[in-house]
Amino acid sequence: MDEAAENFARLTGIKKHFGAVLALDGVDLKVGAGQRIGLVGHNGAGKSTLMNILAGAYAPNEGRLFIAGQEQPAYSVGRAQQLGVRCVFQELSLCPNLTVAENTRVTHPRLRGLGWRGKAKTLIAGKLDEIFPGHSISPSALVKDLGIGQRQMVEIARAFTESETPARLVILDEPTSSLDGHTAAQLLSFMRAAAARGVSFILISHLLGEILENSDIIAVMRDGRVVAQDRASVFSREKLVHAMGAEEAAAPVAQSGTTARPRSAVRVRARPRRQTDTREVLAREGEIIGLAGLAGHGQTDLLRTVFEASSRRSPDIAVSGSVALVAGDRQTDGIFALWSIADNITIRSLGGLTRNGLISPSREQALSDHWRDKMKIRTPDMRNNILSLSGGNQQKALFARALGSDATIILMDDPMRGVDIGTKLEVYDIIRREAKSGRTFLWYTTETDELSVCDHVYVMRDGVIVADMDRSELSEAAVIQSSFKGGD
Amino acid sequence: MKHIFAKPWIWSFLSAAAVWLIAVAVTRGGGAGGMLTGALAMATFIVVVGVGQMFVIALGPGNIDLSLPANIGLASAVAMTVMNGNDALVALGLLAALGCGLLVGLANYLLIWALRIPPIIATLSASFIIQSIDISYGRGLQIKPPPALSDFANLRFLDLPVLAVLAILFAIVAAIVLQRTIYGRWVLAVGQNIRAARFAGVRVGWTRCVTYMLCGELGGIDGALLAGYFRGATVDIGNEYLLSSIAVVVIGGSSVSGGKANLPGIWGAALFLVLLLTMLNTFGVSAGIRLLLTGIIIVAAIAVASDGRARDAV
Amino acid sequence: MPVQDKATFRFAPVLRALLPALSLLVVLAGIAWLNPRAISYFGFNLMLNLAIPLVLATLAQMFVITGSDLDLSIGPFIGFAACVSATWLHDAPLVGIAILVGAVGAYAAVGALIYLRDLPSVVVTLGMGFVWQGLAILVLPQPGGLAPDWLASIMGVRPPFVPFPVLAAVVLAVVAWFLLEQTSYGVILRGSGGNPVAVRRAGWSLLKIKMTLFAGAGLFGVLSGLSLVGLTTSADANIGNGYTLLGIAGVILGGGEFTGGRVSPIGAVVGALTLALAASPLLTFMHIPPDWQIGANGAILIVVLTARVLVSRQRGTV
Repeated sequence: MDEAAENFARLTGIKKHFGAVLALDGVDLKVGAGQRIGLVGHNGAGKSTLMNILAGAYAPNEGRLFIAGQEQPAYSVGRAQQLGVRCVFQELSLCPNLTVAENTRVTHPRLRGLGWRGKAKTLIAGKLDEIFPGHSISPSALVKDLGIGQRQMVEIARAFTESETPARLVILDEPTSSLDGHTAAQLLSFMRAAAARGVSFILISHLLGEILENSDIIAVMRDGRVVAQDRASVFSREKLVHAMGAEEAAAPVAQSGTTARPRSAVRVRARPRRQTDTREVLAREGEIIGLAGLAGHGQTDLLRTVFEASSRRSPDIAVSGSVALVAGDRQTDGIFALWSIADNITIRSLGGLTRNGLISPSREQALSDHWRDKMKIRTPDMRNNILSLSGGNQQKALFARALGSDATIILMDDPMRGVDIGTKLEVYDIIRREAKSGRTFLWYTTETDELSVCDHVYVMRDGVIVADMDRSELSEAAVIQSSFKGGD
Repeated sequence: MKHIFAKPWIWSFLSAAAVWLIAVAVTRGGGAGGMLTGALAMATFIVVVGVGQMFVIALGPGNIDLSLPANIGLASAVAMTVMNGNDALVALGLLAALGCGLLVGLANYLLIWALRIPPIIATLSASFIIQSIDISYGRGLQIKPPPALSDFANLRFLDLPVLAVLAILFAIVAAIVLQRTIYGRWVLAVGQNIRAARFAGVRVGWTRCVTYMLCGELGGIDGALLAGYFRGATVDIGNEYLLSSIAVVVIGGSSVSGGKANLPGIWGAALFLVLLLTMLNTFGVSAGIRLLLTGIIIVAAIAVASDGRARDAV
Repeated sequence: MPVQDKATFRFAPVLRALLPALSLLVVLAGIAWLNPRAISYFGFNLMLNLAIPLVLATLAQMFVITGSDLDLSIGPFIGFAACVSATWLHDAPLVGIAILVGAVGAYAAVGALIYLRDLPSVVVTLGMGFVWQGLAILVLPQPGGLAPDWLASIMGVRPPFVPFPVLAAVVLAVVAWFLLEQTSYGVILRGSGGNPVAVRRAGWSLLKIKMTLFAGAGLFGVLSGLSLVGLTTSADANIGNGYTLLGIAGVILGGGEFTGGRVSPIGAVVGALTLALAASPLLTFMHIPPDWQIGANGAILIVVLTARVLVSRQRGTV
């Protein structure tokens, strides 16, 4: 029982299946008070399911759950909240039509009666100031008027606000994915301070560096089980990748190559709207061009305007060739939730699949099977609904949609966010091969690691291009330097 | 293959059969066949506009064509005027009705696209205007349809209304359009996720425009045929078809949120509605009770037939 | 501060709220230009005679739209409430009150049904429209009935300086604004339209929320029927049918949106007033022939909504 008192949460033998799919196959996990647990795993390893169970959203089919030493047979979201378990999931749970303060009211039933609004404002503003000093978010701002990074900040701050029970265990699922480097660092240092005060954390992240630096304990999941759980100091990047089951792959290394840009045809010429000098993004046949810089500095805007320029004349953009876009926010911009995986892939290529004016089912199947194999989409049947796939595999399907079409220019809007490293390496390979056969890639990414796949990188800041460098000149330091004002 | 046995499709036909059996039981079997063929004929008109409405509703939440009754009324008046009781002008009259419907659909879409007006309001406003046009255009005109048209509309082949047979074929063609043409695929894409559709290369504006024009055109055809069947055109001829067209779409299993359309269900639901009214008539109920019962049965049918959207596990 | 990627320009909340007022001003300006004498105490009383039932109908619709639903039965329901008021409420007040309370309860039950079975509100309310219509005909087969005295005298109040319809509209706007925007539960109601999953995760009962919203619609629908009878002193089963679509138009004119829980109570009232003015008085002053009155209604709707779009385009929103 001593051990139980020390551990804030303990899960033993947790099993969970959804229909025929076994998501968790006997998970044991211990969360000590004041511990920061880093949780890593391939997509589909079961991390989200496990966290949903810990948060009271799902009930396990088998196994036992202990919070604060007591077994919880009738666990629920409400009970979890009462016991101090808080979550910040990947899907944001703010109401866009309400203000920041009103959203705080939503999670605090006690904030009512006279003067509730003032109390709510104070509560959330105080926590935002505590975690993200220097933020500029007003508690009276409508959430829909905030950028995605700011929404993430509000979401995180709200999880820490206390009106009745204090937060004892906070689950953060890819919390820094929408934050830029500065705010991410603020969050992580706040975590460190809160852990020292006795708050436990579970941090799910695909950024191995982030996990290694910000966890006390690391738990690795694979195929519905925790396959390794030990002190963070014991692990290294390679060990983590190995434990997760991905092939031992070297981190993408900048390949030596000619510094001169190949003289193939220019496919995209794009100048950001606010650019005052003559700099512009130039992308040629067979090139992989990267867009870097802090999140939310005009990169997505640029991609969108390039996409629109393919069908409409635009003064600052010249595009020759058809364009496909791989969205980063797959729920709102990519997925057709009622359709099968196959239908989601073929939608962009229907023109080539017709016979006598009608879409040919056999050609459709051939295309979707081809891409299932090429992208290694893990599914028993391509005619299953797309949502049966894990997040990373859904992203692969979106890639297949773009690559399977006749588009010669592929735009990528940070599509690898939250995707596991195994999937990423597979996709990088495919991108390189496609580029070799002549396709152009214009790739916005928030991870500097990925830029080493690119031939040329443009760094954007405040909506304009501030630097561009060849692969040979590329370094994380150089990119970061240009991303911050005063750094160059 | 699994799609064909989806629940809502079957339920609507089963409900139709159940209603027919009740009506037959009440009349002790007399006129059962006649009831069925009469229902088929009436259901035809609902099916034609139901399919149009289905395509519009499939475009996504908020897409609906409320200008249908006014459209039908105007098209019937136009058709009758052009035909002028002359057998030789039947084809021209039909084309005129078709063209009228197409223009209405185009006008609807222009209101939606150019003026950013939500479809419910756009089609509603358009319906007011069309009504006024119809009233002043058709003032005092009591044109009878040419005998060729009314004979054809009432034609029976082996006791089956020819129009119904054509409508069944039409539904089959519509199903093929929905599932096997690029246009059909695009409609369903737009209905599920309009942003994703744009990024996936779907020509969203074109798809919506064609769909509204299609719905308008089907309303136009219906107007001409109705005038032929009932041997006369009036302003109100299309009034009951608005609610019917929407009801058959939903009872038939298409999703009102868009992106999912069920064609066989349109026929099943149309038969169900028509037989329901017939059954109530055989019971000799008063107007108030008829309305009350119709409403309750529709709500009950939807409550039972709806397969519900997938609920979040949380 | 990083540049926002979502949209380069956002409508300031103040400007958003001003649009319905602008539409109202445009209509008022049109009336003033065509018939200056209409802009007076007497004129407003006359023009806005039937505005109160429309304002109430619009607020009823607003509650439903808050939850991202649509109520196509409110018109027949108002007709039913009016018929009950002109019969039972006059002859046997206690029974009449019981029926009306029961009707509000029925509305809440419909909301529960829609939520529990995950049904599309458009079609369920379409069916319910038939039900209310049938019940109204059963209660009052022929136009007639008598308004209860107390109801007629309330609706006939003549306050000094401010015409009664205007005063009532202001009061209703304040009440609705308070309920939806100032109370802490109002936040939850609106939130359920914006992100129902999040609200449920936070522990609120979406069932209760849906029932509350529909009960609110039922309550305001009953009030609308009562006020109608108070004004016209009699009723008929079809009297409310036009209020369904006019109510929807009023909410949208007022800046509301069909989904996302974005509604403005004050905007809805302003929108209803605008429509009340545009639908009849303006047309009469413009000497539109009766054949075209219906069409002109549609044209006015289009004009007003176009104005809204043009103004928002100028401000740079998408």
